[in-house]
Amino acid sequence: MAKIIGAVTTSHIPAIANAMANGLEETPYWKPFFDGYPPVRDWLNEKKPDVIILFYNDHGLEFFIDKKPTFAMGVADEYYNSDEGWGIPTIPPVTGESDLSWHIANSIVDEGFDMTICQEMKVDHGLTVPLNLMWPGHQYGHVKVIPVCINCEQYPMAQPWRTFELGRAIGRAVASYEEDINVVVFGTGGMSHQLDGERAGFINRAFDIDCLDKLVSNPEALTKYSNMDLVEQGGAQAVELNMLIAMRGTLLGKVTERHRNYHAPISNTGSGLMLLENEMPTAE
Amino acid sequence: MASNYTDRKFQGTYLFDGQMAKKGYGLNKMCYSFNDQIARDAFNADPEAYCEKFKLTEAQKEAIRNKDVIGLLREGGSIYYLAKFTGLLKLNMQDIGGLQTGMSTDEFKAMLERNGRGEV
Repeated sequence: MAKIIGAVTTSHIPAIANAMANGLEETPYWKPFFDGYPPVRDWLNEKKPDVIILFYNDHGLEFFIDKKPTFAMGVADEYYNSDEGWGIPTIPPVTGESDLSWHIANSIVDEGFDMTICQEMKVDHGLTVPLNLMWPGHQYGHVKVIPVCINCEQYPMAQPWRTFELGRAIGRAVASYEEDINVVVFGTGGMSHQLDGERAGFINRAFDIDCLDKLVSNPEALTKYSNMDLVEQGGAQAVELNMLIAMRGTLLGKVTERHRNYHAPISNTGSGLMLLENEMPTAE
Repeated sequence: MASNYTDRKFQGTYLFDGQMAKKGYGLNKMCYSFNDQIARDAFNADPEAYCEKFKLTEAQKEAIRNKDVIGLLREGGSIYYLAKFTGLLKLNMQDIGGLQTGMSTDEFKAMLERNGRGEV
């Protein structure tokens, strides 16, 4: 049977891609951020997951507000990045996992999550930056990725309790997949930040650290927040915490924190890197 | 008229709800088009004509002319699409932060550092 063996939270901001493209990892500004990553890379290289389920939000590459799905997922064999408006260099395609994707879609729609199912889906920095952080030099082609995209842009948005339940449904779907494969889930984005308005630049370090603590041991507490609470506590774009909450929902076993590196600011954001292991109770 | 999503308000924050999405539709559609180099070139060649093509209101055109990010937010711009407009102007998120808060880019970065350390 398929197993979710662990999960990672990570930032996905475009400035990281620029820093990596320009070799700035060892500069004083970036070093405290990048220094957090080797233990997570080592863990991934040791565990060699077959599939990554990656929660992110599209920032206006694939989806526009002409039609804005609350939840969307890819079921393709391959995904492409494209120009997001800054003329960034095109990067190698991301490998998909169609069979498990359809299995998840079948299972969660039957449970009541009316997912938009995409056979073509351009993936933006929200998805590609985390992959390149884990496998630098865009060496992520060997791992199969299932993109799950949550609307974090236009209200109404799914509330934290709902994104947590989405995660749980995906966790159950994976557990019912017959092939013996290992899955790792990425929750990307956040944490506290605000890009727009006179309140731009807002960061709440204490809130971020409390959220990371709760993601480990008391995720239900996070589901008590509304999106408006997240905006109040963490800034307008802290609604991206929904990706981390959804990730945590997928972990149905015993969860252990293996690594953490919180650093702020990176660009305008608080960055929370965390590695969690998920141990499922033995069957029988 | 689209109704507001919530009656909660946060100072200096423009929640992008149905009312704003309706008001800003043409503006955001124009900014979304900037994903393509051809569109960026067309805007740069004749900004007024390009704004007209997307039926921007006078207030939106004025805010585009003045690179007035707060004005664009008030007129229904979503920051994710506005970022494509400001990217076209070669402004990064700290430049935009400075513009919105009345600080220089360096002052804004210094505020981020203080906020990041939890000093606020």
